[in-house]
Amino acid sequence: MATTDIHTHHDVHHHDEHDEHGHHETNFWRTYIFSEDHKVIAKQFLITGIFWALLGGILSVIFRLQLGFPDMSLEWLRPVLGEWITAEGKLDPEFYLALVTMHGTIMVFFVLTAGLSGTFSNFLIPLQVGARDMASGFMNMLSYWFFFLSSVTMFVSLFLETGPAGGGWTIYPPLSALPQAIKGSGLGMTLWLVAMALFIVSSLLGGINYITTVINLRTRGMSFTRLPLTIWAFLFTAIIGVLSFPVLFAAALLLIFDRSFGTSFYLSDIYIGGEALAHDGGSPILFQHLFWFLGHPEVYIVLLPALGLSSEIIATNSRKPIFGYKAMIGSMLFIAILSFIVWAHHMFVTGMNPFLGSIFMLLTLIIAVPSAVKIFNYVTTLWKGNIRFTPGMLFSIGLVSFFLTGGITGIFLGNSAIDIQLHDTYFVVAHFHLVMGSASFFGMMAGVYHWFPKMFGRMMDNRLGYIHFWLTFTGVYLVFFPMHYIGIAGFPRRYYSWTNFEIFSGFTDLNTLVSVAAIITLASQFIFLFNFFYSMFRGRVAPANPWNATTIEWTTPRNPGHGNWPGEIPSVYRWPYDYSKPGAKEDYIPQHIPYSETPESNLPNENELIKLETSNGSGAIIVEGDKH
Amino acid sequence: MTSLIIFLGVVLVLVILYMIYRVSSLVSIAKGYDDDKIGTANKVNAALFMVFMVGSLGWFFWYSFAYYDNYTMPVASEHGKHTDLLFWITMGVTVVAFVIISVVMFVFIYKYQHEEGRKAKFFPDNHHLELAWTIIPAIVLAVLIFTGLRAWNDITSPASKDAELIEVIGQQFAWTVRYPGVKDKELGKVNYKLIDNFGNEFGLDLTDKNSFDDFKSLELHLPVDKEVLLKIRAKDVLHSVFLPHFRVKMDAVPGMPTQFKFKVTKTTQEMRDELGNQNFNYEMACTEICGRGHFSMKMTVIVEEQEAYEKWKASQEAWLKQNPDYLKKVPNALKEAAMIKAGMQRDPGSSVAEVNE
Repeated sequence: MATTDIHTHHDVHHHDEHDEHGHHETNFWRTYIFSEDHKVIAKQFLITGIFWALLGGILSVIFRLQLGFPDMSLEWLRPVLGEWITAEGKLDPEFYLALVTMHGTIMVFFVLTAGLSGTFSNFLIPLQVGARDMASGFMNMLSYWFFFLSSVTMFVSLFLETGPAGGGWTIYPPLSALPQAIKGSGLGMTLWLVAMALFIVSSLLGGINYITTVINLRTRGMSFTRLPLTIWAFLFTAIIGVLSFPVLFAAALLLIFDRSFGTSFYLSDIYIGGEALAHDGGSPILFQHLFWFLGHPEVYIVLLPALGLSSEIIATNSRKPIFGYKAMIGSMLFIAILSFIVWAHHMFVTGMNPFLGSIFMLLTLIIAVPSAVKIFNYVTTLWKGNIRFTPGMLFSIGLVSFFLTGGITGIFLGNSAIDIQLHDTYFVVAHFHLVMGSASFFGMMAGVYHWFPKMFGRMMDNRLGYIHFWLTFTGVYLVFFPMHYIGIAGFPRRYYSWTNFEIFSGFTDLNTLVSVAAIITLASQFIFLFNFFYSMFRGRVAPANPWNATTIEWTTPRNPGHGNWPGEIPSVYRWPYDYSKPGAKEDYIPQHIPYSETPESNLPNENELIKLETSNGSGAIIVEGDKH
Repeated sequence: MTSLIIFLGVVLVLVILYMIYRVSSLVSIAKGYDDDKIGTANKVNAALFMVFMVGSLGWFFWYSFAYYDNYTMPVASEHGKHTDLLFWITMGVTVVAFVIISVVMFVFIYKYQHEEGRKAKFFPDNHHLELAWTIIPAIVLAVLIFTGLRAWNDITSPASKDAELIEVIGQQFAWTVRYPGVKDKELGKVNYKLIDNFGNEFGLDLTDKNSFDDFKSLELHLPVDKEVLLKIRAKDVLHSVFLPHFRVKMDAVPGMPTQFKFKVTKTTQEMRDELGNQNFNYEMACTEICGRGHFSMKMTVIVEEQEAYEKWKASQEAWLKQNPDYLKKVPNALKEAAMIKAGMQRDPGSSVAEVNE
C-alpha cells in the first residue's frame, strides 16, 4: 500500500530566529521556574509526578497496614496523623476512606496523567518530531503552573480538620454532595473539585499544544507514517483528553452547583440527618454517566503513552523493527475511538436500563481485540531479536506482562452477567491496578530509565535499575495477583475491615501477604529515587546516543539547549524502526540518514525514493511510498 | 529517645549503603568495567525471567487448585449457577490464552537474549499473522459475548406476576426490609417527605390502603425455590445490595428505585449441611461506598422452605399495628379497613369495641 503525503516546505523552519532566541540572557527564574522550554517543563512534571507517586504510595501502605494487620496498633502514626488515629490506636474508618480516595485520585490524575503524559509528551514530542519547541511555549508553561496550583490545592486538602475528600476517587453523589453524609464531603470535597477544575485546565492546555505540535511542527520528511509510535500514542492521548476532560469539568461544575447553590442535578428523594432535603428530580446516575464518560477514556489517557513508550523501547532493545507498525497505530486508533463508547460498563448494576448493559457489554468486549493485537505484536517483536536487558527494557517487558495479566480479567468484568458478582470486589481492584495502574507505572519507569540520558546528560546506574525492577515486578504481582482470589471470594472493596461478616472472614493470610508485598514494593522505590537523583549529578556521562536508537532526539547534543538542535533541524528520510536491516553495516539506521547513503540495505521501493531526497528541501515535494 | 536512636540507626544504615554503592562504583571504574558492553548482567536477567515464569505459573496453578474451596463461594441461586458456569468458561479460555502467551513471551525473552555477533531478524510485518490474531480473538470473544448476552437478558427480564415481592431499603449504615404483608401482597406507596424520626422510617403513605398490612423486618427472609423480586431503594446516599451466595448485586439509588429478581435454590439449613458448618448464615453486604460505616452494613438472610416462610410472614405484626399512633394519618373512610388489615381488629363486622389505640 503506497501512501502519498505531500508537503510543501515554505517556512516550516524558523531555526535562524530561534538561534537568536537561544542566546538571550535568561535568569534563574525564566530558566528553571517559569520556563517555556519543553524539556524543563517535562522535568517539572516529572519531579512533581515523582513527589505525588511517593505520597500516593505511602497513603496506600497506610491503609494496607489496616487491611493486612487489623490488630496492629497504629499509635506510632499519631505524630503524623494526629486525631485520625482513634483512642484505641486504630485508623479512623472515615480517614481510611479518605486515604483510599486520595490514593486513587493522586495516582490516576496526578501521577499517571500529569506525571506520565505531562513528562513524556512534553519531552519527546518536539524532540522526536523535530521541532524547536512546543507550538506555544507560553501555554505549555501555563499548563504546568495550573497543574502546580491544582497540586497545591489537593495537597492542602490533606491537612484539613475534616479530612480530604472521602467518597472514593469516583466521588459519586449524593455521598460527595452531602457534608452530613461523610466528613470528607465538606471542605475537603470543595478543594478536590477546585483542584480537579485546575487540573482539567492544565490538561487541556497541554493537550492542545501536543496535538498542534504533532500536526504542524514536524520536521522535513517526518510524515505521519514516519512518526515513532510514542508520538502516535501521545497524539491519541491528547485527543482523547481534549474530548473527554471537558465532560468531567461539566460533571464537577454541576456537582459544585448541587453542593453550594441548592440545585438538584444529582440529588433527589434524600432523607439524611433527620430531615428530608428539598432537592428533587435529580439523578445520581447522571453523574455516573458524566464521570465515566471521562473516566473510561482516562484509562487510555493513562495507558496509551505507556504503550507508546514501551513500543519504542522494546524495538530499540530487541534491535528489531516493531512488528506491525501500522497495526499498532490502527489498534491504538481503534482503542481510542472505542474508549468513548464503553463507559457504562462501570455501571452494569447501578439500575441502568439492562438494554444499555447489553450494548455496552458488546462494545466493551470488542476492545479486547485491538488490545490482543498489541500484545501479539509485542511478543512477535521479541521473536528472533537480539535482546539487551537495559532497565528500560525490563520495565517495558514488565508492562507487557501486566497488560496481559490485567487485561485478560477485563473479559470477565466486561461481561455484564459475570460482572454482577465481581463488580466492586477485589477482583476489580486487581484488574485495574494491573492493567492500568502498574502497566502505566512501568511504562513511566521504562521511559525514565530510557530517556534519562537525554534529560540529564548522564546515565542511570544499571545494577540499581535491575534491583529496582525485580523487586518492583515481583512485588507488584504479589500485591495484586492474590487480590483475584480475594475478589472471587466476594470481598467488597473500600471496606475498612471484614470482620463484621462471617462470609468475608477468611484470607487474613493473603491480606497480610499483600500488605507486606506492598511495603517492600514501596521501599524498593527508594532505590530508584536514589539512582535518579544521584545519577542526575554524578552518573556516568552519557554518550549522545547510548542505546543506538534511530529516532532523531538522539541526534541532539548531550544536553540539548533551548531550540534542541544547535544547527539546522535534521530532515527525516525513513521510518523510525530500521533496526537490523539486512545488508546494513550497523544494526540500526537513524531516521535522518537518507536512503542515498545506504544503498546496501535499501529495499527496492526505497531506492526509488532516493531521487526525491534533496539536500535543500525548500519548496520540494516529497512523495513517499514506504512499504513497511 | 528511642525514636532518636531509631532515626540515627536508619541514617547510619543509609550512609553505609551509600558508601557501599560509592565504593563498588569506583572499583568498577578502576577495573575498567564498561557499562556499554553487554555482559553477564544480560544473561542473569534473561535467566531470572525464566525463573520468574516457572515460579509464578507454578504458584498460580498450585494455589488455584489447592485452595479452590477457600476462594470460591458456593452458589445458591438459579441464575447464579448460570453466571458461575460462564465465569468458569471464561476462566478456561483466558487461562489457556494467558499461559500460552506468557510462556511464549518469556521463552522468546530468554531464547533471544543478546548474543555477540548475532543479528536480529528484520521482520516488520506479516499480514497473514496479523489477520489471524485479529480474527481468532474476535471469534472467541463473539462466543463469550453471545453467551453472556443471553444470560444477561434472562437475568434482567421482567419478573413473573406471582414473584415474591420484598423491599430492601439502604440507609447509613443499615438495611431494613419491608414485606407487603399477607393480606394484599402489594407494597404500600412511600414518599421520602413522610419519613420522620418517630417511627415512619419507610415514609409510608397511609392514604394508600396497600400500606396497612406492610411489615418491617431486620432480617431478610426468603422462600426457597420461588422467584423473589427485590425492590431496592435508598434513603440517603448510594448503597448496593450484595447477596454473594445468590450472585445478586444491585445498587440502591436515592430517587430511583431499582430491582433484581432471582430464585434461591438452597435453604439456610441445606447450605449449613453442605458446608458442615451449623453456624453458617447467608449475609447481605453493601458494595457501594456509603460512608463511615460502609463496612458494617450487614443483614442476616434466612432462607426457608416455603411453608415455613409463609408461617413466618403470617406471624409478623404489621407496621401499623406496631405504630398505632399513625392511625391518625389514615383517612377516616379507610380507618376501619386499616385496622382490620393491620391485624388490630380481629374480625370485620363483629365486636367493633375491641379497638385499642
